[in-house]
Amino acid sequence: MTYTIDGKTGPWELVIGLEVHAQVTSQAKLFSGAATAFGAEPNTQVSFVDAGFPGMLPVINRDCVAQAVRTGLGLKAQVNLWSRFDRKNYFYADLPQGYQISQYAHPIIGTGAIEIELQDGSTKTIGITRLHLEQDAGKSLHDQHPTKSYIDLNRSGVALMEIVSEPDMRSPEEAGAYLTKLRQILRYLGTCDGNMDEGSMRADVNVSVRKAGEDYRTRCEVKNVNSIRFVMQAVEAEARRQIEVWEEGGEVQQETRLFDTARGVTRSMRSKEDAHDYRYFPDPDLPPLVLEQSWVDQLKASLPELPDARRARYVAMGLSPYDAHVLTLEKETAAYFETVAQGRDAKIAANWVMGDLFAAINRTKTSIAEPPVKAEYLGTLLDLMKDGTLSGTLAKAVFEAMVETGKSPGAIVEERGLRQVTDTGAIEGIVAGVLAANADKVAEYKSGKEKLFGFFVGQTMKAMQGKGNPALVNDAVKKLLS
Amino acid sequence: MHPTDFTLRGAIEALNEGLLTSEELTRAHLDAIQALNPQLNAYVTVMADQALAQAKASDARRREGIAGPLEGLPLAIKDLFCTAGARTTAGSRILENFVPPYESTVSGNLLRDGAVFLGKVNLDEFAMGSSNTTSSFGPVENPWSRANDPDTRLVPGGSSGGSAAAVAARLALGATATDTGGSIRQPAAFCGIAGIKPTYGRCSRFGIVAFASSLDQAGPVARTVEDCAILLRSMSGFDPKDSTSADVPVPDFAAACARGVKGLRIGVPKEYRLEGTPPEIERLWEQGLQWLRDQGAETVEISLPHTKYALPTYYIVAPAEASSNLARYDGVRFGLREAAKDSDLKDLYERTRAAGFGPEVKRRIMIGTYVLSAGYYDAYYLKAQKIRALIKRDFDQAFAGVDAIVTPATPSAAFGMDEKQDDPVTMYLNDVFTVTANLAGLPGLAVPAGLDAQGLPLGLQVIGKAFDEETVFAVGAAIETAADFRALPRLRAGV
Repeated sequence: MTYTIDGKTGPWELVIGLEVHAQVTSQAKLFSGAATAFGAEPNTQVSFVDAGFPGMLPVINRDCVAQAVRTGLGLKAQVNLWSRFDRKNYFYADLPQGYQISQYAHPIIGTGAIEIELQDGSTKTIGITRLHLEQDAGKSLHDQHPTKSYIDLNRSGVALMEIVSEPDMRSPEEAGAYLTKLRQILRYLGTCDGNMDEGSMRADVNVSVRKAGEDYRTRCEVKNVNSIRFVMQAVEAEARRQIEVWEEGGEVQQETRLFDTARGVTRSMRSKEDAHDYRYFPDPDLPPLVLEQSWVDQLKASLPELPDARRARYVAMGLSPYDAHVLTLEKETAAYFETVAQGRDAKIAANWVMGDLFAAINRTKTSIAEPPVKAEYLGTLLDLMKDGTLSGTLAKAVFEAMVETGKSPGAIVEERGLRQVTDTGAIEGIVAGVLAANADKVAEYKSGKEKLFGFFVGQTMKAMQGKGNPALVNDAVKKLLS
Repeated sequence: MHPTDFTLRGAIEALNEGLLTSEELTRAHLDAIQALNPQLNAYVTVMADQALAQAKASDARRREGIAGPLEGLPLAIKDLFCTAGARTTAGSRILENFVPPYESTVSGNLLRDGAVFLGKVNLDEFAMGSSNTTSSFGPVENPWSRANDPDTRLVPGGSSGGSAAAVAARLALGATATDTGGSIRQPAAFCGIAGIKPTYGRCSRFGIVAFASSLDQAGPVARTVEDCAILLRSMSGFDPKDSTSADVPVPDFAAACARGVKGLRIGVPKEYRLEGTPPEIERLWEQGLQWLRDQGAETVEISLPHTKYALPTYYIVAPAEASSNLARYDGVRFGLREAAKDSDLKDLYERTRAAGFGPEVKRRIMIGTYVLSAGYYDAYYLKAQKIRALIKRDFDQAFAGVDAIVTPATPSAAFGMDEKQDDPVTMYLNDVFTVTANLAGLPGLAVPAGLDAQGLPLGLQVIGKAFDEETVFAVGAAIETAADFRALPRLRAGV
């Protein structure tokens, strides 16, 4: 079913393409040795190159190139062994050189694809047009002083990957799913931390609308949207605006717009007529970027397992597609799960991670990166269940104790004497006591009220403070009642 | 002999033999600067105290037995090279008070080898010019003058006019210079000294204020070919801070000066026989070729068919790059800032750049902006790049059959300060013999070879294969020896 928005003249289809700016995870900037850490004091991570001082020259950072190549490989995209940096010329106070170094004509990565998963369980392939490396600009702060603007150049020169999709998305949901999946892949690869609230990932959203069967109509670009939720909202808001323009007999003008998150509408930023002439030309300070195929092959061989492959592997391990999806969403979750499942029953491990662990994380407001229970301890807990030391009930109690104390399951079992009782003689003794104390119920049971069996088991467990092996308790009750 | 009359090589020997100290040598040059610079205006900034301190430190090193290849030699630094803690203006008002906290790689290499810096020398603003008349710090005067018209002040050429005038007038033993379209070779020829633009990539561009990045190259000017060779060896070398710097070994260029030219094939490009070239320049060219034949070289006519497009190509590529390179002078972070009380950002840009840049720089920024604009890029910039490739191919093909190429260095001798100032294109023609080497990235040496009828120096140019400066030096030294150029400028120190 095609997603449509109903206007006065009937349903409209949406056409969406995204340009995502992803900050490359690297120690140093794209063309200078300055650091890139987020949140540093303004203008403390700036080299003379980043500040555009006279005579300063860019020197490419090999690590940033490797990250772009890894990302390209992760997007199943073509790696261009020959690429080039161009200058994009424009004046702005936070652009020290007066130009941005970017790969306009010859990007390092060519066409690729991403498979997205939708709510209804279906999947769809979204084409990647290209990925190129470029420098970020600095930041202008206009709200620090009544008449002055402040400039922070910490971001100036930081390496960005601009990842451009084909106009293959047709609904806000698909746009959201694309961004979610792209972010997931980047985080798996370790090439971008994906922190949209810190600005290390942001999207320019291209939207147009059309009637079924039509060619593309004029699109508008909504700039710099900084969360997945806002991207989905911006798509819908912009589509509705365009539908209204068309339906009122107007014509959508190609322009750059901004998404007003407070009011949920897009506003015009600049029209095509005011568009800059960026006077792109090859940067004469930088020779073409030439990669060795063998180096690309090395990077390819060292790529981590990506979400799609990992999900498939989990399904093969016996997990449901849904469990596999949930466990692979964040690579930290997958890593946790793998530690727990290592040499153990995958399904049981998944149930504990998605059940008790997720609940504990929510309750204690922690995260999978800093979990309330170490993965190794949860694994040990499963071992203690398997070898009969702990019953399911006891295991839950030990788990909660681990959340509270952070201690290992072995230590908790020892300290609290939570070891399961498997001595049949001892169990039978306690069952005998329970039966003796409830002679009336025994009589009822024997006269046909078989539901009381569970009562005797429960009383026995209670008497044993939950430490009785459930199967053995069952057996003993059955035996003594017969 | 007056200390300022030493060649660089002579000064090295005199210092080594203890005939004088670096302090004495430096003081003599500072005295000469004090005497002549008010008239010549070669130095923008004289660094007397620092120079003397460096000289004393050098003498102390020498006493301890430590002496670099340039130990104690007083040099002038073109004010396009950033010098840590010393004002670097690029000849422009926009950098009038700019003091870089860093040292250019080339000047740093010279300091490493023991050189003493006398000061920063004048140049055309941002190295854009062929007469050193576009400097915001006033024109430089050529120490030479016409025999029959000694009162007409002549230009030293440009853009490295301060470097060439200072060396010719004995205000420095040698100087750094830069060459984007002829800015080392033309002023060297106008001032009767030697100068080499090495292969693109031979010297690091790090810390040199950029004009046109794909053409800019640093090199030395000095009074002999060998002195240039000595300086170039120190200036050269791979620099990881410049991505266009070449990771190739630096040979002993001075040793190559004595190689001779026996058996070399010297190309004579027929396209360089331009209409309107003064007959005395034609004659000097023929004379130079004869000298080389006399020393055992063979001269052969070659063709560089795209030569006639070189100048227009250069005047598209260079301004295009300059328009972008000079965008950083915006009044925001360093240099001049001009703003009114209520200026917004755009007004700040406009006021700063209007006040900071001179007319020639503005002209080139506008040309460069135009040729890169949407709709004009293909017709100008892209076409120029294609022609540039053809010019480079011309040289590749020619060098398959010859070892070096010899041409005139300039189409005229030094001209008057008031001449050629009306039409910028006439001024651009000064570079007609030199721009090709920049477009092709090849080494080019200017060597003084004779005088014109007015007693003004004329130079010949030797162009070599990429990274074969050694052959260029060998051919240049052979011409120098045969020419036995001993004429002296009217205005010089030590007379």
